[in-house]
Amino acid sequence: MEDRVILRVGAKILIPHILLFALYVQFHGDYGPGGGFQAGVIFASAFILYALIFGLADAKRVLPLRFASFCAALGVVMFAGVGVATLLMGGVFLEYGVLRHDPEHGQHLGILLVELGVFTTVFGSMVAIFYSFAGRRKGRS
Amino acid sequence: MTAIALLRIRNLTAVVMLAGIFSLLSAGLFTVMDAVDVAFTEAAVGAGISTVLLLGTLALVGREEKAPDRHPVLPFFVVLVTGAALVYGTLDMPPFGDPGNPIHHHVAPRYLEESGHEIGIPNVVTSVLASYRGYDTLGEITVVFTAVVGVLLLMATRRRRWPEEGPGDDDGG
Repeated sequence: MEDRVILRVGAKILIPHILLFALYVQFHGDYGPGGGFQAGVIFASAFILYALIFGLADAKRVLPLRFASFCAALGVVMFAGVGVATLLMGGVFLEYGVLRHDPEHGQHLGILLVELGVFTTVFGSMVAIFYSFAGRRKGRS
Repeated sequence: MTAIALLRIRNLTAVVMLAGIFSLLSAGLFTVMDAVDVAFTEAAVGAGISTVLLLGTLALVGREEKAPDRHPVLPFFVVLVTGAALVYGTLDMPPFGDPGNPIHHHVAPRYLEESGHEIGIPNVVTSVLASYRGYDTLGEITVVFTAVVGVLLLMATRRRRWPEEGPGDDDGG
């Protein structure tokens, strides 16, 4: 799709807004609908749109497959790491209240970190899955 | 209507598009039922990402479905019986929207009343997902992670080691 000017310009206008909206959904998830899962999907869809318009090779230069799969693993580690941190600080697994002196602040921090973990995993997974589907040539048969 | 059209059409590109529309309609349905978070997820995942993924799959496997070689009488019968059993099962369920339903008296009132003090976050859905049901969410993203590991193992490997593999083993989708 190298020569489709409208698509290219449209995508260039849309992609920053999609990324920004994903971050809004991520960090506003405490107050409105949304959260890590939705934000991760939206963030990934920006990269998928980029790959559809500008080609997979360019997208992989922006965001390599290795990094996407690394993100997918990192999010799980982040989520479980919060649980381990609460264990080490004297609570039970994933009891965010012990993260701060005020339990409510601890809950805020815990939820923020956990949602970040969900976001990272979902984003990395969606991009990695898309790459592996789109990157595969049609079978020889 | 969309679902019926989904079943009848043999052009798979149209089927994928209809599936996306079906997802979007369900998202609208969820919004009507005040489940905004679910609607959000459905619109983003069901109508967005999975449509793209299905189109990517179609690029690999071709876009015309083969016509069935015989009439599916037995499967139709099985589906009919299962559907009837499921509908019969719903007769035992409490009426929709009744405030006396068990689901409204188990832990839901406590979440609604206490999460404001305990968590301090206005969106109860987020409180429940991330804090009260943190284990479930951890399990959920582990499932997502496992899925991506599986897809990467199946799809992203270059076929170098078995270059003389027969063409029939090459379905990969």
